[in-house]
Amino acid sequence: MSAAVPHVHTKEHVCWGGGCEHTQHHRLEVVDLSVQYQEVRALEKINFATECGRSMALIGPNGAGKSTLLKSLAGLIPGGGGKILWRGKPLTRSSHEIAYLPQRGDVDWNFPITVRGLVEMGRYPNLGWWRQYSRHDEEIVERALKSMELCDLEDRQISALSGGQQQRAFIARALAQEAHVLLLDEPFTGLDKPAQENLSRLFKELTAEGRLLIASHHDLQTVAGNFDDVLLIRRHQIAFGPVAEVFTPSNIASAYGNSEPRTE
Amino acid sequence: MSTFTDFLAEPIAKRTLMACLMIGFANGFVSAFVVLRKDALKIGTLSHSLLPGIALAVLIGGLTQWSALAGAIFAALIVGLGSIFLSRTSRLDQDTAMGVLYTTAFAGGVLILKNLDMRQKLDEWLFGSIVGMADSDLWIAFGISAIAVITLTALQRPLLIYLFEPNIAASLGVPVRLLNYATFAVTILVLISSLQAVGCILSVGLMVAPAATVYLLTNNARTLFWGGGIIGAVGSVAAFFLSYPLGWSVSATIIVVLGVFFVIAYVFSPKYGLFSRRRGVA
Repeated sequence: MSAAVPHVHTKEHVCWGGGCEHTQHHRLEVVDLSVQYQEVRALEKINFATECGRSMALIGPNGAGKSTLLKSLAGLIPGGGGKILWRGKPLTRSSHEIAYLPQRGDVDWNFPITVRGLVEMGRYPNLGWWRQYSRHDEEIVERALKSMELCDLEDRQISALSGGQQQRAFIARALAQEAHVLLLDEPFTGLDKPAQENLSRLFKELTAEGRLLIASHHDLQTVAGNFDDVLLIRRHQIAFGPVAEVFTPSNIASAYGNSEPRTE
Repeated sequence: MSTFTDFLAEPIAKRTLMACLMIGFANGFVSAFVVLRKDALKIGTLSHSLLPGIALAVLIGGLTQWSALAGAIFAALIVGLGSIFLSRTSRLDQDTAMGVLYTTAFAGGVLILKNLDMRQKLDEWLFGSIVGMADSDLWIAFGISAIAVITLTALQRPLLIYLFEPNIAASLGVPVRLLNYATFAVTILVLISSLQAVGCILSVGLMVAPAATVYLLTNNARTLFWGGGIIGAVGSVAAFFLSYPLGWSVSATIIVVLGVFFVIAYVFSPKYGLFSRRRGVA
């Protein structure tokens, strides 16, 4: 399996807040992952392996299981079949190293919280219920805000942001969490052209820093420009690999064919 | 006015004032959770569910604080879990199942209390009896308020993340299930104290209006809890002072005062009020 992913670790992984030792490549491997909701099989035998420093698009029609796959990787759907291996160990519960970013439409943007408050949430894995918010936490939050160009907006209530700014606030939260892996549900949806281009640039910076990005995506035109790898699914796996190799018309056709997604 | 100052010197007036302060604060504090969870209607359902439980407990064990408490918790669990069970075992959704269950239970409770020849008590459970509280009632109200404020304050950090987005919370390692149980327990406890103060029909008001008012004024969720508590306490105490000279019921006056606070915030809030220029943008 390891041959499937070329070693592209050109830069050291940036891990904020200490613990920078990276003796091994940070590898995410998914083996025969299946998810069943009641009687409906949502995902069937998904297999892929990737590592930090890469970005991957999840492509498939509505109901293909993209969100389910992201949630499984985030540890939100227990009891699925198969294995998820992160850095060689089975992922059995949530980890601060893996951040989940829901679709913007799933979030209550009227919630009384500022941009800074949202980013500070990322410190929870470090703080737990009661530990004092320290200078160190403060510095990490500052850095996250700065790298997502949110410093001027930090006191804004989150609904007073543009779509692109909201997405950046989410990413800043993931950075404050010191996440290595960012799981993003439709990050480009609802953004105007300049915001999309900005986000695309940020994606490249994040992967260059050594982070692994996995995002569901529906705009087939922009896959090649934004992602290294692509996983085509339709409940079952259609293809996985570098965009140039597997994002072919025939694979796309079998993902989006005329019939309903396979249900057996 | 001298009769009013005479009245204030009476122990019953002091007790009522204390009750208004404590119950108002606790309910206002918890209302922040109810508003952020968008659970106002469920609270209405729950508060109505408590009546039959209390009636049953009175029927079985006689009327004491503890039997009322046990009955209330029992009823809340039956309706809460019952609606989940019904929705899973039929094609009904949970809201529908709950709508049928709680109205049936409520009607049953009314019948039991009437037939027990407890018309007086029935009125108190329906519309509150904050004036008639004994010292033991006050202690229970104090205990409930303390538990609610301490629990919600201690859990505030994970709770706010959970209320913002449960999936993010779970992915950060927030113990979502534990929070659900803990907050459910606190909600039931506080409901019981609000039931005593304003009755099961108006209790939703006491457990929603304070934070709903502050929600229109702040962008800080923490302010919502303490601000809700303060609005709840101030509103209840103000209602106490208003109700005597006007000859109104304290319970109803509490809810009316809180309603007036809400309308004032709705119209005049600098950020989110009717006259605010930023409205719709922010």
